[in-house]
Amino acid sequence: MRKLKAQIMDEAGLDRTITRLAHEILERNKGAESIVIVGIRTRGEFIARRIARKIEEAEKVKLNIGSLDITLYRDDLLGKLEQPQLKSSEILFDINDKNVILIDDVLYTGRTIRAALDELIDLGRPSTIQLAVLIDRGHRQLPIRADFVGKNVPTSSRESIRVHVKEVDGEDSVLLMHPEENE
Amino acid sequence: MPLQSRHLLGLDGMRREDIQLILATAVSFREVLDRPIKKVPPLTGKTVANMFFENSTRTRLSFELAERRLSADVLGFTSTGSSVSKGETLKDTARNIEAMKIDMVVMRHSAAGAPHYLSKVIESNVINAGDGGHEHPTQALLDMYTIRERHGRIEGLNVCIVGDISHSRVARSNIYGLKTMGANVSVCGPATMIPRDIEKLGVDVYNHLDDILPRVDVLNVLRIQLERDAGRLFPSIREYHNCYGITRARLEKAGRTMTIMHPGPINRDVEISADVADSEHSVILQQVLNGVAIRMAVLYLLSTK
Repeated sequence: MRKLKAQIMDEAGLDRTITRLAHEILERNKGAESIVIVGIRTRGEFIARRIARKIEEAEKVKLNIGSLDITLYRDDLLGKLEQPQLKSSEILFDINDKNVILIDDVLYTGRTIRAALDELIDLGRPSTIQLAVLIDRGHRQLPIRADFVGKNVPTSSRESIRVHVKEVDGEDSVLLMHPEENE
Repeated sequence: MPLQSRHLLGLDGMRREDIQLILATAVSFREVLDRPIKKVPPLTGKTVANMFFENSTRTRLSFELAERRLSADVLGFTSTGSSVSKGETLKDTARNIEAMKIDMVVMRHSAAGAPHYLSKVIESNVINAGDGGHEHPTQALLDMYTIRERHGRIEGLNVCIVGDISHSRVARSNIYGLKTMGANVSVCGPATMIPRDIEKLGVDVYNHLDDILPRVDVLNVLRIQLERDAGRLFPSIREYHNCYGITRARLEKAGRTMTIMHPGPINRDVEISADVADSEHSVILQQVLNGVAIRMAVLYLLSTK
């Protein structure tokens, strides 16, 4: 069991950060007209829905929201002993010539985002793909950068970040955890 | 939770969790088939050899499509025009193909047990695409997927398989799979086409369609294999059609709407009348589409084992 090192965000803090991200996305794209929202499963999907709801409230619009399961596009699939449970991607709208806002909870090595970009490009040719993440914890292994960052959290690679959302975990919080003790 | 075996040889003895995992994984691949680009990369760099020692169009194309849509490299092989006709043994043929560094073998053979034997003499994952009168596991899996898609469940449904049960690997795999998943399974056909002791597999046996039809939720109609001199098993095609052919009149008399399935290719107006095959209760073409998704799921799940 990993032990808690620090709470990075509580429920109110998470909500404020999501509100700010929503407004930054609107500002950069000059409104919500061409925007579609795609969250990466599992946690990114819920963060995406919340950001979308803020944008919809602010602009009085209805957004297209989809989710992406990147399992089939992982670069470590064939080397893994335990195969991750495959879920479906659900993007029931056209992404051609749209500004796709790709959303995940934590940006770390960048490999998940690489996989998501490959999958998105197989689904169509968006005008732009912009990346929004709740937490950027550094340690990139690929040349990938987020366009919108909730909070930069410098970490050691042995620590871990837990994002909890009510829909899955029963509470909203972001936690920084100590390294595994027997590591 | 991963599959128990690194081969798919049959559904006899396969765990319920394994069948559920394959069906659940196929749902994801079914979604891929609706995309504009129907291709995903998880089998990139893997090579699959399709060794078909017996004729097949639909199953071979379905496997080949599934392999290509997972980005695997595909080797085709049919026994006609190969060294098999020069007297090479199955083991030598397979080991020669494997020496070219392949990862998986999909095999159809007229001898029951051939893929089981192959799985013991080569290193690759082996998938049975039909072995004699024994098993055809991916067909039964796609049938179960289609049933679940249509009815939302398999458990508790009354499924009846009609036709030549004795010579049908489709029937056998369906019985094993459906029983494991909790369906009530019955078989129906003339006594010459029902194997002795089939009751031991836990199925009810009927010789008259009208005795069972009023209780059926899913009717799986088997093809009469005219090429395997089925003529010795019943007096004439017309007589078979009269007694066991699925017609609109017979279904109306049963007074129950049921899902009509057929593994294909169909003999119109022999085992099934044309209007029933084309009716809104027929899911024959959905079975074909779901077959690609099921085979993608099986290939994907075995590829890391």
